[in-house]
Amino acid sequence: MSQSLSTATVFVSNPQGLHMRPANLLVTTACKFSSTLKLVREGQSVDAKSILGILTLGAVQGSQIDLFADGPDAEIAISTIVDLFQRGFDEPAE
Amino acid sequence: MLELQGIAVSPGVAIGQALVFDREGYQISRSRAATVDANQEWLRLKAAIDGAATKLDASAQQTSEKLGARLGGIFTAQLQMLLDGRLHEELEQLIQKQSYSAEFAVSEVLNGYAAAFRRAGSSFLAERAADIRDIERLLLEGLTGVPTQTLSEISNPAIIASHDLTPGETAVLDPRKILGLCTETGGPGGHTAIVARGLEIPAVVGIGPFLHLLRADDSIIVDGHLGRVLINPDDITLERYLARREHRQSIARELTELRDLPACTSDGVRVELMANIEFLTEGQSCLDRGADGVGLYRTEFLYLGSQADPSEEDHFQAYVQVARDMAGKPVVMRTLDLGADKMGMTPYAHQENNPFLGLRSIRLSLRNPALFRTQIRAMLRAASEGDIRIMFPMITTLDELRTARFLVRSVAEDLREEGHVVRNDIPIGMMVEVPAAVMMLDRFIEEVDFVSIGTNDLTQYVLAVDRGNEAVADLYQACDPAVLRLIQKTWEIATQHNISTSVCGEMSNDPALALLLVGMGIRVLSVAPSAIPVLKKAIRSVTIGQCQAMAWRAMRLDTAKEVDAFLQNQLAGLVPEMVLQA
Repeated sequence: MSQSLSTATVFVSNPQGLHMRPANLLVTTACKFSSTLKLVREGQSVDAKSILGILTLGAVQGSQIDLFADGPDAEIAISTIVDLFQRGFDEPAE
Repeated sequence: MLELQGIAVSPGVAIGQALVFDREGYQISRSRAATVDANQEWLRLKAAIDGAATKLDASAQQTSEKLGARLGGIFTAQLQMLLDGRLHEELEQLIQKQSYSAEFAVSEVLNGYAAAFRRAGSSFLAERAADIRDIERLLLEGLTGVPTQTLSEISNPAIIASHDLTPGETAVLDPRKILGLCTETGGPGGHTAIVARGLEIPAVVGIGPFLHLLRADDSIIVDGHLGRVLINPDDITLERYLARREHRQSIARELTELRDLPACTSDGVRVELMANIEFLTEGQSCLDRGADGVGLYRTEFLYLGSQADPSEEDHFQAYVQVARDMAGKPVVMRTLDLGADKMGMTPYAHQENNPFLGLRSIRLSLRNPALFRTQIRAMLRAASEGDIRIMFPMITTLDELRTARFLVRSVAEDLREEGHVVRNDIPIGMMVEVPAAVMMLDRFIEEVDFVSIGTNDLTQYVLAVDRGNEAVADLYQACDPAVLRLIQKTWEIATQHNISTSVCGEMSNDPALALLLVGMGIRVLSVAPSAIPVLKKAIRSVTIGQCQAMAWRAMRLDTAKEVDAFLQNQLAGLVPEMVLQA
């Protein structure tokens, strides 16, 4: 099994920002992958599998976030999470 | 005697012993446990985590049943945070690698998160910091085996004095044990205020630092009408409050007998007494008090609890329950009537210099159609369960009314296309609370099925006074002649068009003002459930002629002070046993 590092940049598009419900959805999704997943916003780096960590980012609508995945399923993990952000966590848009 | 002023958020007067609820009271030994087996220590903590999870799960269910899914969701969120795998790793790390005691690790790690949340500066995360404190308390309880002081286990009835209360603490309040609440922080829209009102516990919040002035078992009075807290009241004050309470209780006993009698004047003019409610539990207290229906159902509580926006299903469940509780009696549902800042809905909030003149209420709803449509969908669906009526708050221009009505029509069409049965006879009305609406009422009236005068905001807007601003609060008088004239004009125009006018502001809680309104022609009053028996008593004690004469004379007075003195004097003459209300 080859190790790979994958990365992408996303923007928080849902009006509510990354709070309880989206954060929880993000954690649930991230936990399906065995890769290490990190979110980095303005130099602050947190574990994508930790709801407390994600909340700490205080990411509001429009925040830019860099994603990093390291592990066997890094690529698919990144594309799944990018998709989640692009769908605005399935929240009703404004 | 020491007198403190805060913000009155839940009416009533409580007299009793103070219980200082100080969360910092549990001092854990902030030491490393070098001698203890680290593995053992970690297992101990894991057991505490499991125990806390079980408790949170139970709280989520109980609170959902008692106060609705929205507030129950607070505990579900806490559970999600407690089960964070990263949190467990950090705790284990400190215990295994740094030889921390379990207690010390919990307090270190959770304090770190609470501080990070507070630093972020958003009101949403500040509330999460309160959640973290709840989690910390639960874990420490599990570890030490000593329950920290909790509000659910108070043995003797007491008045709680605290810096603030976390959502977890307010959710377990027992009105039989908690006589009153007073807190240093908080405001009218906070969870403490809302829960206190729902449970009818007198409360004053936002007092500022005062806990250091209190000693255990100090006697204390919480006056939830005037926002006043009296510490160690002198004998005269205490007697005055005790006499009022005794008087109120004796009236209350007498009043329960009136429950099933209609609110008719002695010569047979029927006045509908409806209730203003906010909480699901209040449906029962409406019926207990013999309300004719719900004249104002405030839907804001659905937006508190501060997670994501409530879903259509959240709204629907709440509306159906109220409709069913009221068993066919009318329920007037007001769409969202808050500013974004009040709801912890940070993403909608804008920095506003003047929030009362800003993006709030119907303006916020129309600016966020997705938010509004969700609420309207639920109301239309629930309307098949009872006599539901929809009311828009803070309507200022005809465009707003037309846009809102258009959205209701389009939502109804969507629902029908999806196969729902939607009634097409649901009455739609507006609040009259902006002076512009009164000036233009002859136009508005063609496009509504009913109007309801919101005297709280009408008073504030026509007198240009912020009732929360102490420096000018004395100008805020609902019996100001300018307010009375607006009410009179509204009633005249609506009546010419055969449209019903109700008054749903706080002014009608006062029996003297309620009789004045009846004398002015108003036949529907919507008031706090607790005020209904008193008003019924007052109305049944007078003739319509007496009310009309009272109104005729009051409308000719010059100032709020004159009107107030005149009305109280009239009430004393007409219903002597009523005096001593305030």
